[in-house]
Amino acid sequence: MIVGEQKPVDEIREMIADYEKILVLGCNGCVAVCFAGGEREVKILASALRMTAKIAGDKKEITEGAVEKQCEWEFIESLKEQVEKCEAVVSIACGIGVQALAEKFPETPIFPGLNTSFMGMPLEAGVWAETCAACGECILDKTGGICPIARCAKNLLNGPCGGSQDGKCEVSPETPCAWELIYHRFKDRGRLGALEEIRPAKDWSKARDGGVRKIVREDLKL
Amino acid sequence: MKLMKSGSNLERLLQEGKFVVTAELGPPKSADADVIRKKANILKDVADAVNITDCQTAIVRVSSIAAGCILVQMGLEPIIQMTCRDRNRIAIQSDLLGAAALGIRNLLCLTGDHQKFGNHPSSKNVFDLDSIQLLKMVKDMRDEKKFQCGEEMDIEPRFFIGAVENPFADPFEYRALRLAKKVAAGADFIQTQIVYNVDKFSQWMERVRQLGLDHKVYILAGVSPLKSVGMAKYMKHHVPGLDVPDALIERIGKAENPKEEGIKICVEIINRVRKIQGISGVHIMAIEWETSVPEIVERAGLLPRPKIA
Ligand code: SF4
Ligand code: SF4
Repeated sequence: MIVGEQKPVDEIREMIADYEKILVLGCNGCVAVCFAGGEREVKILASALRMTAKIAGDKKEITEGAVEKQCEWEFIESLKEQVEKCEAVVSIACGIGVQALAEKFPETPIFPGLNTSFMGMPLEAGVWAETCAACGECILDKTGGICPIARCAKNLLNGPCGGSQDGKCEVSPETPCAWELIYHRFKDRGRLGALEEIRPAKDWSKARDGGVRKIVREDLKL
Repeated sequence: MKLMKSGSNLERLLQEGKFVVTAELGPPKSADADVIRKKANILKDVADAVNITDCQTAIVRVSSIAAGCILVQMGLEPIIQMTCRDRNRIAIQSDLLGAAALGIRNLLCLTGDHQKFGNHPSSKNVFDLDSIQLLKMVKDMRDEKKFQCGEEMDIEPRFFIGAVENPFADPFEYRALRLAKKVAAGADFIQTQIVYNVDKFSQWMERVRQLGLDHKVYILAGVSPLKSVGMAKYMKHHVPGLDVPDALIERIGKAENPKEEGIKICVEIINRVRKIQGISGVHIMAIEWETSVPEIVERAGLLPRPKIA
């Protein structure tokens, strides 16, 4: 899923400084699951904005809303009336949702209330970690199901760098070294030989480096 | 005599079976050629070749190739360093063609420290290749006259190709295997991480010999004089992948003259690693203390160095 984190209220206040009627809009997809941009968070953010406006003596009229998925046209269609009644929207969906709204309602400024952080999963209550970087050519079959592109700080393909120590990455003592994990996965399977092979340079043209990506499936076109 | 790959002094000495000495020169954080010349003069007759770091610990400094070029002009032999952190395969190949054209013959290939530790932590890193893919690319340029994309070139850059390995990083059991990968990818010589724990280093070398790698690659043990107990502790706790035994920290701590003790320890370590089968030389990394190198080399009985041909 896509994992995000709400922006500081002060940063959001700055974005909306010139507008009075604000709609705070959430998404009940990924960002609701990670407690950052769902209906519940909309309520909390809207109250915070109302309160801070009151303290500062700003006139603000803050309304609330949420949809199942801000990244699909059919769901945002239903927001037309609500959006037209306000001067600006603060969307706490991921960057995809914010852009979809901006595309659908080009007259209205749509501000991001969330920092879209990564694609990953919850490890335990309150902890999420990045696990895939959408490199466009998955190599998990060669790395024991552990992704070194997303989980190694240097996206190395041929084993751990010299900074791997006590199972941790040199960049942060809180992050496991992906290659330590890969090593043990193969060792436990009795297949360490798989790590002797030299993995050639990656074709990054399938990743973001190749330009903006798009998938066209003729078989599905109407 | 075996055919030379690069014709460098370092390659020739290793081929002749001489015990070699390389030293490290850290270029300055300013456009000051005199600092480079001064440091080079200190190392001139005490090292067979001089490594020039490539923005080590991700701190911007004079480029390795530019500083290397100054050394060539002075009659020293540089080993330029190239990391994967700051350049993609286009930039690396271009810079290496230039380095070869400027008369540089030795190249050390590294992954590179993450930029988080440097003075531009908000920069974007590259890591288009990893160090093993870099070795392979440089070897193919030299031996196949081919760019990474497969295109051919007329005049190939002929480097004596080096790699690093850290016997003290984890997982320990994988470290010798990773060295084997580097040798298979194209490494002619290896410079190791700084050795303070000689026993652990010997264990690693045993594994290296079991794999027969000591016959396939020249291994230079990395050493570095400790300057103070503060530095020793810092290295132990804050430099990832460094193993400084407590006994050494205690020794430096108790010493009346910690610098003298640091040099003494360094000489002792050189004498011990020299005896390990499969070690072809030492690489002295006296970080911002290049002036200690002549004394260390002298006291280790490694002078005079053979003249550069
Ligand atoms: S290899 Fe690529 S696609 Fe597969 S998990 Fe890693 S980043 Fe995602
Ligand atoms: S310590 Fe491990 S995860 Fe971190 S950069 Fe090195 S190999 Fe990658």
